[in-house]
Amino acid sequence: MTTPRPPYLAVAVTGAGWHPLAWREPDARPAELLSAKYWTEVVGVADRARIDLVTIADTFRRRPPTTDDIDRPISELAAGRLDSVLVASRVAPTTAHVGLLPTVIATHTEPFHSAKAIATLDYVGRARAGVTVDVAAGAVEARLFGRRTLPTDVHRRDDELFAEATEYAEVLRRLWDSWEDDAEIRDVETGRFVDRDKLHYIDFEGRFFSVRGPSITPRPPQGRPVVAAATTSAAASVAFAGASADIAFVGAHDRVAAARAVDAVRAAQSTAGRDGDTVHVFADLLVHLDDRESAAADRRARLDLGLGTPYTGGTPVFAGTVAGLADLIAELTDPAVGVTGIRLRTATIPHDLLQITTRLVPELERRKLFRVSDTTSTLRDRLGLGTAANRYTRTSATTGGARQ
Amino acid sequence: MTEPRTATEPRGTKQVHLAAHFPGVNNTTVWSDPRSGSHIEFDSFTHFAQTAERGLFDFLFLAEGLRLREQHGEIYDLDVVGRPDTFTVLAALAAVTEHLGLAGTINSTFNEPLEVARQFASLDHLSDGRAAWNVVTSWDAFTGQNFRRGGYLPADQRYRRARQFLETAIELWDSWSDDDIVADRESGRFLRRDDAGAFAHRDDQFDISGHFPVPRSPQGRPVIFQAGDSEEGREFAAARADAIFSRHARRDEGRAFYADVKGRLAAHGRTPSDLLILPAATFVLGDTDAEAADLAHDVRLAQVSGQTAIKFLEQLWNRDLSDHDPDGPLPTIDPIPGENTVAQGRASVRIHRDPRDVAAEWRQLADARNLTTRELIIEVTGRQSFVGSAQTVAREINDLVQADASDGFILVPHITPGGLDRFVDEVVPVLQELGVYRTGYPGHTLRENLGLGAPRTANSPVGIG
Repeated sequence: MTTPRPPYLAVAVTGAGWHPLAWREPDARPAELLSAKYWTEVVGVADRARIDLVTIADTFRRRPPTTDDIDRPISELAAGRLDSVLVASRVAPTTAHVGLLPTVIATHTEPFHSAKAIATLDYVGRARAGVTVDVAAGAVEARLFGRRTLPTDVHRRDDELFAEATEYAEVLRRLWDSWEDDAEIRDVETGRFVDRDKLHYIDFEGRFFSVRGPSITPRPPQGRPVVAAATTSAAASVAFAGASADIAFVGAHDRVAAARAVDAVRAAQSTAGRDGDTVHVFADLLVHLDDRESAAADRRARLDLGLGTPYTGGTPVFAGTVAGLADLIAELTDPAVGVTGIRLRTATIPHDLLQITTRLVPELERRKLFRVSDTTSTLRDRLGLGTAANRYTRTSATTGGARQ
Repeated sequence: MTEPRTATEPRGTKQVHLAAHFPGVNNTTVWSDPRSGSHIEFDSFTHFAQTAERGLFDFLFLAEGLRLREQHGEIYDLDVVGRPDTFTVLAALAAVTEHLGLAGTINSTFNEPLEVARQFASLDHLSDGRAAWNVVTSWDAFTGQNFRRGGYLPADQRYRRARQFLETAIELWDSWSDDDIVADRESGRFLRRDDAGAFAHRDDQFDISGHFPVPRSPQGRPVIFQAGDSEEGREFAAARADAIFSRHARRDEGRAFYADVKGRLAAHGRTPSDLLILPAATFVLGDTDAEAADLAHDVRLAQVSGQTAIKFLEQLWNRDLSDHDPDGPLPTIDPIPGENTVAQGRASVRIHRDPRDVAAEWRQLADARNLTTRELIIEVTGRQSFVGSAQTVAREINDLVQADASDGFILVPHITPGGLDRFVDEVVPVLQELGVYRTGYPGHTLRENLGLGAPRTANSPVGIG
């Protein structure tokens, strides 16, 4: 990035918030977590605050797997969740600006179905769609599908799952490209609805699956919706992000860790032959926010005490004031570090979400650490990803040559 | 013969149910009309859905396709090509409608029960109880090339898998009870029981276990539709479906089908009102019957071009007829019987008889009425159910419903997205005047609006029904 621009701001939402006991907060609405009303309000708040994008977490489990392991009965946690692609679709017509990134789990599912679902999300959301591609590493998920056992060795398992996810993301993009933008011709003269020369078989043959194509859904408005990937301590997850993502989410608690994470993503990007591609690195933070530092620390302590263990969700945790968080954001997104965005995981909803939208955003704006993006632009444009060239479209020069 | 009828419905006041099929990938959709809009853009779906809701329709219905159709190994380009994802569109439509049911065709072959059950349960939550699933089967290797599993399922197993798929999905939906979420802040108890959602299912198709992630949805489970017409399909519907989409919109075949399927319900411990019979039906409206007839003729010409007629002929003849003149007589050569190698990706090559017999019948018909190939195809593929003024169409719809040829109709307009407008503006008021159509939505969920009871579950009191 030669021209530093203010960092992008993303919010990650799930249930009543990321903290397992968020549902017990006085302002929580635990009985409504599965309703359209709840989700339109939550995403609507982010939309009106002009947050750049919202990621909606997902898993096939009743609860996120990191908390399943906590020694506490599930009956005391906010269990039960909805398909995040459907949640994103439901809120798309009621929001206007915010990027919508549901999660698609590459393990056990069909890329053909996901490609058309995310393409359609781009249509119903008017060019604001993206997707976080994730994996399901557990035997619990495998039993829900009953079709496959995963390697027991953790490294082999991760290598296999992220290699599969890499194929999956490749198939998504090929299917999105499989219709050229002007394939629909409606030529009454010849009776042809489409120009079949502008529809392409993708003929993907991989290690894990093969897909013939073309997609059933025409190329979405953005061409290629934004693909995001979360990195973990597994090297394979970084390799996957470098090979496949437009946005990599990394955990980094300070500028040194952040710079190291950026380097790792760039190296993976290079290994995958994507040096020229823009890959944003967003630093992930779990946030507890309040007016005073002590109040935020108390909130966090109270929630963790109830849980019986400090909760992190595998993410650096910030508990403090919006001013303190703005300081940390400034540090992490210093142009020398290379982090181009921040993703905030709201510990509780609505409290922490409202702290972000009503207080943090103005504070960041004041410090020129946040800029309201052009509200009419596509999500790709907003992220500076440029127009997604269609791999199957011949340039006019090539076409001319072929004709001679 | 006594007609099946419930005791509470005196003759002549049976209420008509209406639903709408979004026009798309088939040759009844006239895309060449200047009024024809996008089949993909969300505005089209919004217009169509809001019109259906204005007309107090029960639901909007989306068909499915998982591979672009081909003929002679090339993508078929004479009809509308392409469609958006069903779940995504239905969830988005839940945002721009309030009462309309949202029905999607999802096949049971290239999906897994957990995933589909999770999606429909999510849709039911996000629409406050308006989800419906049209369970279909598909097994061919051609479609399978787009999926991990490939074309692995032999044709004779398709209903078996479909049945077990649906049974499994129901087991998943029923794994949560209505009262499993307590969400009591004070006591810290969110779930009534730790094992909410627990299931274990094993049969020759599926061996799965764990916890279903979606708590019980407003309808308990989505309304189940079924579309098959075979013996197996009818039994499947009689055992499990809440509504059946039939092809039999005409009086005599409709009455026969209705009597047959409703007659099968008792064997499954169900009553005739537990299953609605809703044939697909097209319509053309005019100011007068004569004007409508003229318009219908124009629509047929637009639906069946000379090229379309040849392509259709090839699907029966199972051979290349591209040199054939659509404005001349039928080909003199015979169809090739056996496996059809010409067309792929069609939901139905509907002819189950020997194509040579069908060809012989068509030749007779063409000779007797002096029809060209194109005219013959227009004749034999004609499915225009209702043609006339609003008064005529309303009367015919009501007559068929009162005669137990159906419980209502799923209307398939030929124009996107405005093809329903005139029907809602003109025919619906006549049906209301006749006293056979609602003037407001009677319930909150689709199940209530269809007059169906709450689904029985493992957790329901035993001994009812």
